Amino acid sequence: MDDDATILSLVEALKHREISAVQLVQDCFERIEQLDEKLHCFHETYPQRALQAAESIDGALEAGDELGPLAGVPIALKDNIVTSFGHTTCSSRILEDFSSPYTSTAAQRLIDAGAIVIGKTNCDEFAMGSSSEHCAFGVVCNPWDLTRVPGGSSGGSAAAVAARMCPGALGSDTGGSIRQPASLCGVVGVKPTYGRVSRFGLVAFGSSLDQIGPLTRCVKDAAWLLRIIAGPDRRDSTCADLAVPDYLNGIDQPPENLRIGVPKQYLSEKNEPAVNEVVQSAIELYRDLGAEIVDIDLPLTEYGIATYYVIAPAEASSNLARYDGIRYGRRAHLEPGEDLYDLYAKSRAEGFGPEVKRRIMLGTYVLSAGYYDAYYKRALQVRRLIKQEFDAAFEKCHALLGPTSPTPAFEIGAKADPLSMYLCDVYTANTNIAGICGISIPAGFGEVDGKHLPIGLQIQCKAFDEETMFRIARMFEARTDFHTKRPPDLATV
Amino acid sequence: MAEQLSLDEVRHVAKLARLRLTNQELEQYRSQLSAVLEHIAKLNELDVAGVEPLAHPRDVTNRLDEDVVGESMPVEQLLAIAPAVEGQFLAVPKVLGEETGP
Repeated sequence: MDDDATILSLVEALKHREISAVQLVQDCFERIEQLDEKLHCFHETYPQRALQAAESIDGALEAGDELGPLAGVPIALKDNIVTSFGHTTCSSRILEDFSSPYTSTAAQRLIDAGAIVIGKTNCDEFAMGSSSEHCAFGVVCNPWDLTRVPGGSSGGSAAAVAARMCPGALGSDTGGSIRQPASLCGVVGVKPTYGRVSRFGLVAFGSSLDQIGPLTRCVKDAAWLLRIIAGPDRRDSTCADLAVPDYLNGIDQPPENLRIGVPKQYLSEKNEPAVNEVVQSAIELYRDLGAEIVDIDLPLTEYGIATYYVIAPAEASSNLARYDGIRYGRRAHLEPGEDLYDLYAKSRAEGFGPEVKRRIMLGTYVLSAGYYDAYYKRALQVRRLIKQEFDAAFEKCHALLGPTSPTPAFEIGAKADPLSMYLCDVYTANTNIAGICGISIPAGFGEVDGKHLPIGLQIQCKAFDEETMFRIARMFEARTDFHTKRPPDLATV
Repeated sequence: MAEQLSLDEVRHVAKLARLRLTNQELEQYRSQLSAVLEHIAKLNELDVAGVEPLAHPRDVTNRLDEDVVGESMPVEQLLAIAPAVEGQFLAVPKVLGEETGP
C-alpha cells in the first residue's frame, strides 16, 4: 500500500476493490515489525484478530454488501481505552495482566463502523505525562529523532501515525495529551469538546477533563473519525445529548467574516523562537486568506498549569483509589501479620510508577482536611474565571490561534524535574479546564541542535463548535504541505 | 499555602493515599511536591472573592435513566479478573474480629 494514504482515500480504495483489507492490515503489521523495535509505539498487537476481521470485510466487499464508513481501515488505540479482547494496561504495572470484560463506546463505534483494531499503544502511565517516558513498559521514541520524546501522554498513538504504522489512532487528552504529541510528531490531533465523545471505557484520570479524540495525518481524517466516535451515550451521563454534525460537509469552505483571535500571551518570549516563527507565518497566511486578525488578551493563560495541577491530581487521586488489589489488577503478597491496609498500600506501591504516585500524593494533599479551601476550592474558582475569559474571547472571534507546545520535541531525559514537564502543557491545559475544543495541525518545522523537527499550530474554538475548528484548520492545510512530510527513513537509521 | 512540606506531612499524605513509600521516595516527594505547591501558590495572586467554584465544564445535573432492570455482566466474568476469589466471593484478608485463620 501507499503508506502515506489517508483514511478517506483508503475507504474509497477499499470500496472500489483497488486494495484488499487483508493486504492493508498485513502492510501495517509489516511496518510495525520493521520499526517498532526502535520506536516502541505498541504494547500489544492483534495480528490474528485483525486478519480475520479483514478477511470478513474483504468477503463482504466481494459480495457487494453495504459496509460501514471505516470498513477495513486499521486503527490503533491508546492503551487506556478498554476492549473486551487483549489487555488494557494504561502502561501501568498495576494493570499489567488486566483484560477488560467490556469494550469502550468509542472503540465499539469504530469497530461497528468496520475499523480494524490493530493494537494498543504505549503512553505515559494512566495518561499522566507529556513525554511518554513514564510508561512502565519502556519509553516511546519520536520518529523524527529517536533521541527525542514523541510527547505525551498519547505518544505511542502519535508516533505510530507519524511513522506510517497505521493511518489513524485514538488517544485521550486531559491537559494536552492528544494535541501535544500530535504537535511533536507532526500529525493532526483533536481534543473534542468535553461531552462530545463518550468516556465510557476510557480509564478515568481526571473525569471533568478527559476526552477521547483522533490522531491522523490530515484534518479531514480527524473529522471523519470524530464524527464516528462522537455523540450521545446513555452509559456516560456527562456525554452531551447533541446531534453530531457531518463535519466533512462544507469543511473546505472558510467560515464567513472569519475573525481569528491571537492572544498576546501565546506568543511568549519563553517559546522556542522557531515555534513563534511558525505561528507568525500561520497568522500571515490567515490574513492573506481574508481573515480579520483580532488581538486578544488572556491574562489567565499563565495560571492554567497551577489550576490544572490542583484539579487533575485531585480527580486522579479519587479515581485511582479503585486500584486496591482486590477487585482487579495487581495484588501484593502479604507477610504474616499484615492486614487489609497493608494489602492496599503494598499493592499500590508496587503497581504504580513514580509519576502516578506523585500525582496521587498531590491530589490527596490538596483534598485533605485543612487544605481543601486553600487549594481545591480556589482552583475551581479560578477555573470559572478561565472559562469566563474564553467566553469573552469567543464574543470577539471564531477561534484562538497559537502554538500547541512551547517547544518542538525535547530530548529523552531532558525534563527530569516534574514541574518543568508540567509546563509543557501551558497552552493546552486551559482547553480542558474550560471544556472547549482544540486541534493541533502540522504547521512547520524548526531546526533545533541540527535536528529537523515538526511544530504544531493550535486552533481552539468554543464548546461544540468543532465544525468551525475543522474548517479553519482546513484553510491552513489546503494551502500548505507540512502534513504530507514524512519522518526520515527509519529502516536505515 | 506554599510553605515547604515536612517529612511528617508527606508521610501522613502517603498514609491517606494508601501508598507504602520508601524513605527515599518520601524525601523525593517532599521536595518535588513542595516545588509544585510553590508554583500552585500563584493562584493566590488572583482575587476570587465571590466567584462560584466550577467543578465541571458542562452545566449538567444528574441525568436519570428509566428504572428498568437491564442486562448485567456475568459474575463469573468479573470474578475471572479478580486477583483472589473464594467461590463466588472476592477474597480479602481478615477485617473483623480476632485472628483465627490458618
